Amino acid sequence: MEIGIQDSGQPMRRIFGPIFVVTAAMFAAAPYLIANAPYESTMGLVQKIFYFHVPSWFAMFTGVFVAGIYGAIFLFRGDPKADRVASSAAEIAVLFGLMGLVTGPLWGRKSWGVWWQWDAHLTMALLVELIFIGYLIVRKYGGLGSEKLSAAVAIFGMANIPFVYLSANIWRTLHPPTSVVPTLPSAMGGPFWFCVAAFMLLFAVLFMLRLQLENQRAALDALYLEEE
Amino acid sequence: MVMVKRALVAAVVFAVIAGGRVLGQGQGGFVPMGSLPPAEQIPAAPLLIAAYVFVWLALMGYLWSIWSRLGRVERDLRALGQRRHSREAR
Repeated sequence: MEIGIQDSGQPMRRIFGPIFVVTAAMFAAAPYLIANAPYESTMGLVQKIFYFHVPSWFAMFTGVFVAGIYGAIFLFRGDPKADRVASSAAEIAVLFGLMGLVTGPLWGRKSWGVWWQWDAHLTMALLVELIFIGYLIVRKYGGLGSEKLSAAVAIFGMANIPFVYLSANIWRTLHPPTSVVPTLPSAMGGPFWFCVAAFMLLFAVLFMLRLQLENQRAALDALYLEEE
Repeated sequence: MVMVKRALVAAVVFAVIAGGRVLGQGQGGFVPMGSLPPAEQIPAAPLLIAAYVFVWLALMGYLWSIWSRLGRVERDLRALGQRRHSREAR
């Protein structure tokens, strides 16, 4: 199975292999680093969920921004390549958002005593995930013109991200504020940023694969149109 | 004078009883594990393992989904190419 983009496939194909190998190696090393990171004083063992909960949101937000920006490019320029990039990124954003939304409550159950709290931060994060699930539903069942509608949904979803990020700082919420990450001691910060890098590379790997699927679909559609 | 003595005795008695109650709070004995708040009873390891397993399952499931969709599209592309090729040969 060849990996690449039809229009600029060679560079993408060349970097896919090395990125895949580095990502696999980082994911193999991550559990060792997480296990050796110090326990947080009040939460103990369960706080180690942090090392893949937060990076999954980093990857989700990246997917949302790519989908939103390329959605806007498609809306204003009508470039079908931009639409393919946006829809690929949106699907991966949903995957990483799901990881964040499942791992968060598992952490919260022990730390807060509840699986879920309808506070501003958690509710807004769920809302963005639902917006992008809506995006995928529109793409699949929306019929003709669904590309433009879904592009608008992606822009709307992207506009919510600053509110999700800042809501933990602005409103009263069970969720820790975003200042936790910059103030991490190096023994925790090292493994954390390593995991962030691993998740961002995983995002890149999945994105390239998903974009390849979108490009092949476009090629198939073009061939069918030529047949008719 | 008698009134003052009675008032003093009453004050001392009240202080002993009330003080005893205040000091006695939280010292009624050992607290059984079952009466702790829920957050302190839940073991952390199963939650951590469940989160880790979910991330891997979601990732593997998604990779399988992309692989199968990509395989299907490439099969269709090949079939269409062959059909076109055989038509041109005729």
